[in-house]
Amino acid sequence: MSNVVMEIENLHARIGAKEILKGLNLQLEEGKVHAIMGPNGAGKSTLSKAITGHYDVEVTEGAIRYKGQEIVDWEPEDRALEGIFLSFQNPVEIPGVNNAYFLRTAVNAKRKHQGLEELNAAEFLREMKALVQELGMKPEMINRSLNEGFSGGEKKRNEILQMMMLQPDLIILDEIDSGLDIDALRAVSEGINKMKDGKRSFLVITHYSRILDYIEPDYIHVLKDGKIIKTAGPELVAELEEKGYGAIEEA
Amino acid sequence: MAQEELDKAVSGEYALGFEIDIEEDKVPPGLSDEVIRFISKKKEEPDWMTELRLKAYHKWLEMEEPHWGHLEYEPIDYQSISYFAAPKKGPESLDEVDPKILEAYEKLGIPLEEQKQLAGVKVAVDAVVDSVSVKTTYQEELMEKGIIFCSISEAIRDYPELIKKYMFSVVPMNDNYFAALNSAVFTDGTFVYIPKGVRCPMELSTYFRINALNTGQFERTLIVADEGSYVSYNEGCSAPMRDENQLHAAVVELIAHKDAEIKYSTIQNWYPGDEEGKGGIYNFVTKRGLCEGENSKISWTQVETGSAITWKYPSCILKGDNSVGEFYSVAVTTLAQQADTGTKMIHLGKNTSSTIISKGISAMKGQNTYRGLVKIGANAEGARNYSECDSLLIGDQCGAHTFPYLESKDAHGQVEHEATTTKISDEQLFYLRQRGINEEDAVSMIVHGFCKEVFSQLPMEYAVEAKALLNLTLEGSVG
Ligand SMILES: Nc1ncnc2c1ncn2[C@@H]1O[C@H](COP(=O)(O)OP(=O)(O)OP(=O)(O)O)[C@@H](O)[C@H]1O
Ligand SMILES: [Mg+2]
Repeated sequence: MSNVVMEIENLHARIGAKEILKGLNLQLEEGKVHAIMGPNGAGKSTLSKAITGHYDVEVTEGAIRYKGQEIVDWEPEDRALEGIFLSFQNPVEIPGVNNAYFLRTAVNAKRKHQGLEELNAAEFLREMKALVQELGMKPEMINRSLNEGFSGGEKKRNEILQMMMLQPDLIILDEIDSGLDIDALRAVSEGINKMKDGKRSFLVITHYSRILDYIEPDYIHVLKDGKIIKTAGPELVAELEEKGYGAIEEA
Repeated sequence: MAQEELDKAVSGEYALGFEIDIEEDKVPPGLSDEVIRFISKKKEEPDWMTELRLKAYHKWLEMEEPHWGHLEYEPIDYQSISYFAAPKKGPESLDEVDPKILEAYEKLGIPLEEQKQLAGVKVAVDAVVDSVSVKTTYQEELMEKGIIFCSISEAIRDYPELIKKYMFSVVPMNDNYFAALNSAVFTDGTFVYIPKGVRCPMELSTYFRINALNTGQFERTLIVADEGSYVSYNEGCSAPMRDENQLHAAVVELIAHKDAEIKYSTIQNWYPGDEEGKGGIYNFVTKRGLCEGENSKISWTQVETGSAITWKYPSCILKGDNSVGEFYSVAVTTLAQQADTGTKMIHLGKNTSSTIISKGISAMKGQNTYRGLVKIGANAEGARNYSECDSLLIGDQCGAHTFPYLESKDAHGQVEHEATTTKISDEQLFYLRQRGINEEDAVSMIVHGFCKEVFSQLPMEYAVEAKALLNLTLEGSVG
């Protein structure tokens, strides 16, 4: 078995007064693609928020260890700088903030953290433009306000663009495939596959098998009612599609 | 997110709160005919000016302080204020300027020495400390083009015809309480005249600084752009930290003749006072521009971050046909600051158009009020206005208030008004932090984004300064 990059143990977390994660256990392996499937409202996005340190989510019990360190008390930016990336289910719009300027700030924050020299505007733009083209995004996206007025699919591609520029170690993709047209799904999947290097780990939250056909997960986890109730190989997808989540409960 | 965290993030320290120890020449506090005569004499003014000042003073005595603003403050004791303070050394050239004053300007980041150019761009500077203009740079170079750029005191002595013609022509001496007070006691300020067809080749700037204790500053600025001319003028302000509130009541008059354009930018950073509002500047300002001729244009851009109290409505009277008025404003209130600001666009000529973009940012206990009037006269056929007033709230103890007024006598006038109030949302902050951007930078990125339409109107060097100032005001050093 490969090294464990993240270990989540008996995680209880709530939003407001409501307990959403109810003793969740999950291990993510280095260099592997983990998919999480599960019914609406089960707590999948909440799990992604707990891992990244969103203010709404309060961890009441349990542990999240990342590269051997307990990160529950870390600031969101520190988790990001250490390599955890979340592609949001619904990326927020930030008016007036130039997309390229934002991303360069983020890239340079990370480079600084790693003790690397900052990229200047020209070097950065060259890289960004190449990726924009690769992802089939319109060149004008570079200078638009961050996510403002982007279509659903454009927002998702912009998340992938950020992922590719930031080169994270643990990538959480929360429904990256929802709202994507066929070409976009292919472009995004190719982007993700390109990021696979045998070290980097993925946690892919999805409702559909289509993206999984492209990115070939190593493990499928079923999250239901705040817990992981089943973990299996990719063959589980077909079974889920056929029988639904109800059957799993009894399993 | 926790409120203290936010408060900590937004309580920037006032970095310009140093006091310079220069010898001051100051009249005793209080107002009377004698004090006014004294000021006029000190400034070596002709008799006609002395008489105008006395007339304004007597009108002021009959007027009442206005209280319709959404502002709360202790009554101002006009008899406890000193109406004239001048650095004792009267400088003639740069060499004679008190090195301490030069040092003060260094600290403010203002190039007084001609060879020091902001970002390689020439900026002519008129510097006013307390009541007196201490130095005007690039005067001679401008003179070659016929451009007059000097202190208002010099202008009264050297260009009486222009002053008689234009001063009080846009803001009459009894226009309002504070304008009347200013007309009686104004101590210095800047005069600009751009002759016909001349494009002013550099940015013109004035820096105002209140230094002496218990003094008011009452400067008067007059800018005349003759037919087909263009000028971009910038003013900046700061003051040391004090325990007592100080009064600032300025008047600015702009006149744009046919085909002329005036761009007037302000970066106001008077001392805002402490968390209770103690010690800040009371800023009561009358600014008005007259688009006198056809196709003339006046554009006000302001970034207001300082003062305990701000009462200010830069306005445009669009008299010439096809004339254009613009108002771009960022007003920040944090600590216990209160700002009641906005604009008036008075459409008189045909096909006149105006644009109002107002961005109010409130943090901590700051109270921000936008008050705007769009008035369309009976003959203003085809007049158009677009107004957008956006408020951004940081935390939940602050407030934003919007009062748009519209008076239209022309049924064909086209007026559009949009207003929004938003909070820096946790989702926005989290998004940026998830990308590795720390909280302080994330707040400033969101705020700059919010102000973008206004900053893009500022000359490049000043936009950089405005952004830095905004960071300072809103974030300071966290921890
Ligand atoms: N801010 C919030 N306030 C109150 N309840 C919330 C909040 N965010 C999430 N919840 C609730 O938590 C539960 C889990 O939500 P979550 O978004 O994690 O579900 P999900 O598994 O991602 O669902 P989906 O597949 O629909 O995206 C839901 O019942 C949801 O209504
Ligand atoms: Mg979800």
